[in-house]
Amino acid sequence: MTFRFRDLLALEPLSADELTFLLDQSRPFQTIQRNPLKKLATLRGKTVALAFFENSTRTRISFGTAASRLGADTMNLQAESSSVKKGESLLDTVQTLDAMKPDCLVMRHASSGAADFVARHLDIPVINAGDGTHEHPSQGLLDALTIRDRLGKIDNLNVTILGDLQHSRVARSNIHLLGKFGCRFTLCGPAMWVPRELEKIAAPGVSIRRVFKLEEALDDADVVLVLRVQTERMHEPSISNEDYVLGYQLNAERLRRAKPNALVLHPGPMNRGSEITPEVADGPQSCVLEQVTNGIAVRMALLFLLISSAPEDGSDPQTVVKEEPPPQRNRRSTDKKDLSHASD
Amino acid sequence: MRIVEKAQLMSAPEIDRTLQRLAHQIVEKSGGTKHLALIGVRRRGVPLAQRIAQAMRGIDGVDVPVGTLDITLYRDDLSKVAPQAVLQSSDIAFGVDGMDLVLVDDVLYTGRTIRAAMNGLFDLGRPQRVSLCVLIDRGHREMPIEAQFVGRTVQTSDTEIIEVRLREIDNEERVVLVDRQEP
Repeated sequence: MTFRFRDLLALEPLSADELTFLLDQSRPFQTIQRNPLKKLATLRGKTVALAFFENSTRTRISFGTAASRLGADTMNLQAESSSVKKGESLLDTVQTLDAMKPDCLVMRHASSGAADFVARHLDIPVINAGDGTHEHPSQGLLDALTIRDRLGKIDNLNVTILGDLQHSRVARSNIHLLGKFGCRFTLCGPAMWVPRELEKIAAPGVSIRRVFKLEEALDDADVVLVLRVQTERMHEPSISNEDYVLGYQLNAERLRRAKPNALVLHPGPMNRGSEITPEVADGPQSCVLEQVTNGIAVRMALLFLLISSAPEDGSDPQTVVKEEPPPQRNRRSTDKKDLSHASD
Repeated sequence: MRIVEKAQLMSAPEIDRTLQRLAHQIVEKSGGTKHLALIGVRRRGVPLAQRIAQAMRGIDGVDVPVGTLDITLYRDDLSKVAPQAVLQSSDIAFGVDGMDLVLVDDVLYTGRTIRAAMNGLFDLGRPQRVSLCVLIDRGHREMPIEAQFVGRTVQTSDTEIIEVRLREIDNEERVVLVDRQEP
């Protein structure tokens, strides 16, 4: 099959077949992580621009490592030390980057829809590395790859997502991906972090329920996705860390309510002792470090796919782009007005 | 453009006999099979390597490991591969350091595939020796690459294509010479 998108902005518009294709294409790159020599020359001479308008450590390093293992060079923009601080607009900044002729732009931004906006103005492929509270597609893919490796499938699983769901683009990307494979979701956390609108974000037919008692939410779970407690966002009305630990911390005793081989995922960075105990984080059910390793494989696959199928200089990029109507149309149903800072 | 079949170069029994001969030649020439391993180049090199390994088992029980190599990531013409290259996993379950490796492919043409395959192999370690076994050598090399074990050498023009069809992949078993003709 061929991948019909020029960019990767969200998982929501992708079909189950397309998502499976992306996961399958990540497999050869998993193998390469085990080679003594991990560097390829496949994208030699290509440049990947990494524009992180919002702080990120692991995602930026992961994309940077993925690019360099494919033989590509990177240019780095970090908002903290850039012209953004001096008041330059988003469009001006990315057009300036684009004028330096990168072959792909990986961007993170605090506003939902920022990557979509930028993609409409640039001819090169754009990969969304997290936009506001909307999506974090490469994280959704690496989570699914990790689950598929461990359980052998991603179909019809009971997935419990725990924590601050309101701000979580990781949760949304996971729901959009796993929901296409018949997974059922239980969203759990303090009520103000699990708004009712979340029940409607997935395609019709995807089962999403909200549960406010952790013990109940874990019953029969195949996968437990733990989100970070974002102390920086703990403004009123909120919950103290002590109360959160009491009600929602994933510890070994609570985890026993899930299926015996249930997986524990966390997008990082973890707050040990807050949302998760060290015993669970380091236990046999934890996939945290595999997620990090798989992140590089998924991002290598995305960079390879989008850059190698982008038209060469001189040809008309529109011929590729316009085959399909823009897939990003109805993607921000719940997030349209939400420009608040995101989680993860 | 029309694709016309011009000739059958090998029948199923001929392919089989050729692979038997290649298996013998490889065992004979490698002088000891202790470090010998076959690497099939995806796609049609893979069943060929497996069949050669099978034939070797018939020769005083020689059991050589077989790996598979996908060369997509090592190609030098990615931008020309239309429209998208689909990757497959390489699967080499043994260390290649110090090994006597035989790359197996169906047709040797420009030599670029083998150049790519060697890059892929050297990312895995340092083999003692790498040789090349192909079912058909059709000439027109663009690289300084030669095969040590050749099933058959065929003179071709550059508009012609050699299609190796194997039962594992194509549901038929023969080698044909086809030509592209302007309508």
